[in-house]
Amino acid sequence: MPDTQGILAHIGAFLTLAGSAFLFLGALGIFRMPDLYNRMQAGTKTTTLGNILTLGGLGLLMPGWLPKILLIIVFVMITNPISSHALARAAHRSGIRLTEGSVIDALAEDEAAAGIEAGSNRDLDPNDLAARQAEVTE
Amino acid sequence: MVNLMLNAALVFAGAGLVLATWRMLKGPDAPNRAVALDVLTLIAMPLMIGAAVYSGREIYLDVALVYAVLAFLGVVALARYYDRGI
Repeated sequence: MPDTQGILAHIGAFLTLAGSAFLFLGALGIFRMPDLYNRMQAGTKTTTLGNILTLGGLGLLMPGWLPKILLIIVFVMITNPISSHALARAAHRSGIRLTEGSVIDALAEDEAAAGIEAGSNRDLDPNDLAARQAEVTE
Repeated sequence: MVNLMLNAALVFAGAGLVLATWRMLKGPDAPNRAVALDVLTLIAMPLMIGAAVYSGREIYLDVALVYAVLAFLGVVALARYYDRGI
């Protein structure tokens, strides 16, 4: 066990507690939210912040380990939005619908404007998409 | 005081693991399970760092880092599979 006296250990333990509260809230969002996109929003944002706070707090408890822990924090900050974005786009393209009462679906509107059927899993070439949108607006 | 706060943090993270595991078992479809798996790995990684701090072995940090890398690659591979197949 690390040193449990001193102001730094207290700050670190408090940060760890706050971060794991965020982790719990993220899991609660996964548990309670109505559809995939809401779950993803609740699950990935809060767990990113919870990871940063928890790892930072544990790093304050063990100051000699801070460089490696900072490396892990930076890695999580970079990769977590990427993976959640890839997953959300894949789910939307594979035809998972939004929950009842959703107001706007901008990706579906863009695909409809470009003449792509929803949920068709079609590969979107950006240049091709821009050309077809130009045709539609003319 | 420090031990009390760390134990409370462990309880929070454990409850989060239970809720995310319930969502992964319940579904209702594959992308939902993938999101729950993503959250599960992100809760398990701080627990690994906590185990490293508790046991005082720095080598466990490397375990957590490799676990984070593999979880990221796994989720991206799943997303690509749902998108257009392998």
